[in-house]
Amino acid sequence: MNPIDNKSPAACSSEIDASLRVPLLALFGGAALWLVVGLVLGLLAGLKFHAPDLLGACPLMTYGRLAPAANDAVLYGFAIPAALGVILWIMSRLSGMPVALPIVPVVAANIWNVGVLVGIAGILIGESTGYPWLEFPRAAAVLLFAAFLLIAVSAAATFGWRRQRELFPAHWFLFAALLWFPWTYSSANLFLTAVHVPRGMVQAVIDWWFANNLLFVWLGLAGVGIAFYFLPKIGGRPLASSGYALFGFLTLMFFGSWVGIPVGAPVPAWLPTVSTVAAMLSIPPVIAIAIVSLRTACGAKVVCFGGPFCFLRFGLLSFFLGSMLYLITGCPRFGHLVQFTWYSVGQTQLTLLGFFVMVVLGGIYEILSKTSGLELPFPKLAKAHCYLAMLGVLLYAVPLVIGGVEQGIRLQNPAVPFADANAAALLWLRISSTGQILLILGSLLLALNIFVMTIKWKIALGKSLFAAVTAPLPVTEVKA
Amino acid sequence: MKTGIGVFVAAFAALGASWAGFVLAPSLQLGGTKVTTVLNSTDEYPVQRPGEAALGLQVYRANGCAACHTQQVQQDGTAFEVVLTGAGKDPVTVSNLAAGLKLTGLTKEAADAAAKTIADAGGKTETHLSGTGADISRGWGSRHSVAVDFLYDAPVQPGSLRAGPDLTNIGARAADANWQLVHLYAPKAIVKDSTMPSFAYLFEVRAATGSAEALKLPAGFAAPAGFEVVPTPAARHLAAYLLSLHADAPLYEAPYSQLAKP
Repeated sequence: MNPIDNKSPAACSSEIDASLRVPLLALFGGAALWLVVGLVLGLLAGLKFHAPDLLGACPLMTYGRLAPAANDAVLYGFAIPAALGVILWIMSRLSGMPVALPIVPVVAANIWNVGVLVGIAGILIGESTGYPWLEFPRAAAVLLFAAFLLIAVSAAATFGWRRQRELFPAHWFLFAALLWFPWTYSSANLFLTAVHVPRGMVQAVIDWWFANNLLFVWLGLAGVGIAFYFLPKIGGRPLASSGYALFGFLTLMFFGSWVGIPVGAPVPAWLPTVSTVAAMLSIPPVIAIAIVSLRTACGAKVVCFGGPFCFLRFGLLSFFLGSMLYLITGCPRFGHLVQFTWYSVGQTQLTLLGFFVMVVLGGIYEILSKTSGLELPFPKLAKAHCYLAMLGVLLYAVPLVIGGVEQGIRLQNPAVPFADANAAALLWLRISSTGQILLILGSLLLALNIFVMTIKWKIALGKSLFAAVTAPLPVTEVKA
Repeated sequence: MKTGIGVFVAAFAALGASWAGFVLAPSLQLGGTKVTTVLNSTDEYPVQRPGEAALGLQVYRANGCAACHTQQVQQDGTAFEVVLTGAGKDPVTVSNLAAGLKLTGLTKEAADAAAKTIADAGGKTETHLSGTGADISRGWGSRHSVAVDFLYDAPVQPGSLRAGPDLTNIGARAADANWQLVHLYAPKAIVKDSTMPSFAYLFEVRAATGSAEALKLPAGFAAPAGFEVVPTPAARHLAAYLLSLHADAPLYEAPYSQLAKP
């Protein structure tokens, strides 16, 4: 089960990389920009708790609009398209084929970015749908869905025309992820933004189902799939125990997709009860994936100071921590305690920024110079990004989790006035704003690397074009 | 997982099952939720929000109020209370007896036993049921929220974070439109350390015309002399929506009995 591809000739892998140059630069360039935008919006939202009236005169900058816009810019602007770029590359490499229909992902990347722009602008001007993680107005949702399908078709075609018939664990996870998103996203949007919206709490149940399937299952499938490709690849040793990987894959899909209805939600009791059971059953796959990751990463003799391997290791650690923090909220007592606190915000950011974004960044830094055929313009800044991102995630997410538990304990005690329970969280929010600043600095370094690289590539392209145009015509052509 | 088809079938089955369980089944079960009646009454529950309040729901959505406010009262359990309503022929004995008994925070059995003891001595009692829990002690509601509370809302916005207080019954707690509008315009005018941002952009500061709509603002927050603060239609709608938030009727699935005011 070794994805290191010994059979295909070296010429082939450079051909694969070249076929993906334009699609990946389009996907990664847009994504890097959205990451900066999302993190800056998030910082602005966080600052509202230190100075509530900061930028208060502007309706676009009110907290209730900034916060979802920030989350969606990171998730839909960066995480999903950047992951799709990495997935396309992995699919091509594992198939031993240049990407099928290379123009399709380029078109899709542009549609996707327009969709995110429409969505973020829509939220800021007050056209949000009002459903958490599904705030993008219908027009944006249609664009995102179409763009995802196009990229999925390209990836599936690359997979279908593969030269290597063997399937690797990375294949399972990524293939399932390609199916998962279109189904959940279209289903939730059809139910919630279509003409006949279902009555009452059904809307909330569908939204919880969607959010869980996106933030826990989809991020898990895609992130772990990417990590299970690069971990053995960079580490130079096969993925440990593909049996555990298979167990993790199947149970994550079958049980993980039933988590998500909060305990104590005002819905028929069987719904949160099923979710509680599913949350407990989802702990084994998280542990299985952690074991596979640990066994594969620990034996690898990779010295990496801020290299892609570092990103991956930190990402997988965050996957374990973030998922466990998520699943234990299925326990009725603990879930009740932290239900309406900053705990779940911190846990979500740990999973999104600490796990998924880090794994995808590791992938991007690993393949960027390969696919563009150019050296990374500022390799030291890439390493600095790694440390900034790790520290930033820890300072951003962990205080929110701790502060959330403290806030929950105070909220559960009616003798503590509400204002005091709220004030307890403010100190932790201040620390988390520091983390957000570090994350922004890191994302700027990524954007700098990608944009300088794109400009260099375009200059090189222009030069070769210019050389071709100005080259003296062969004598034969002059005569003709 | 040797073939692509195998992976596809497994993923399809897993997601299909979850879809059937959490999208289809709740749509069939909850989607058919009907108007119910208030416990021990023929009043229908819930009632449609009046026009301005229904518009206000959309202002609440557009400004993302649910990012900080929940509309879900949580309840830990229930407790019974025995109230002495008549002392019978021997008032001194009955009242001494009642004073010596634990009459609040009882289980059903203990409440029945206490009621029987008092009845045997000739007194009359009523037994009342109330919800328990931090939210109810905070005065955010008398019972836990249930699905039918949200029947007429689209989108439903139950919220997931309490950076501000729960709003399930804000229309009952602060049933004054001027209070709501002042609080939206200048939260700190009402709650000194409020972390709620001002929604001043929903208001207009204009030359004073003596309009009845002008906000009555406390000193320090009032408009400069010769000017007045009037709500835009969006602010009026939002205030109407907040006033309509009153999901506290006792229901079959969430019962409690209100104590008669002495």
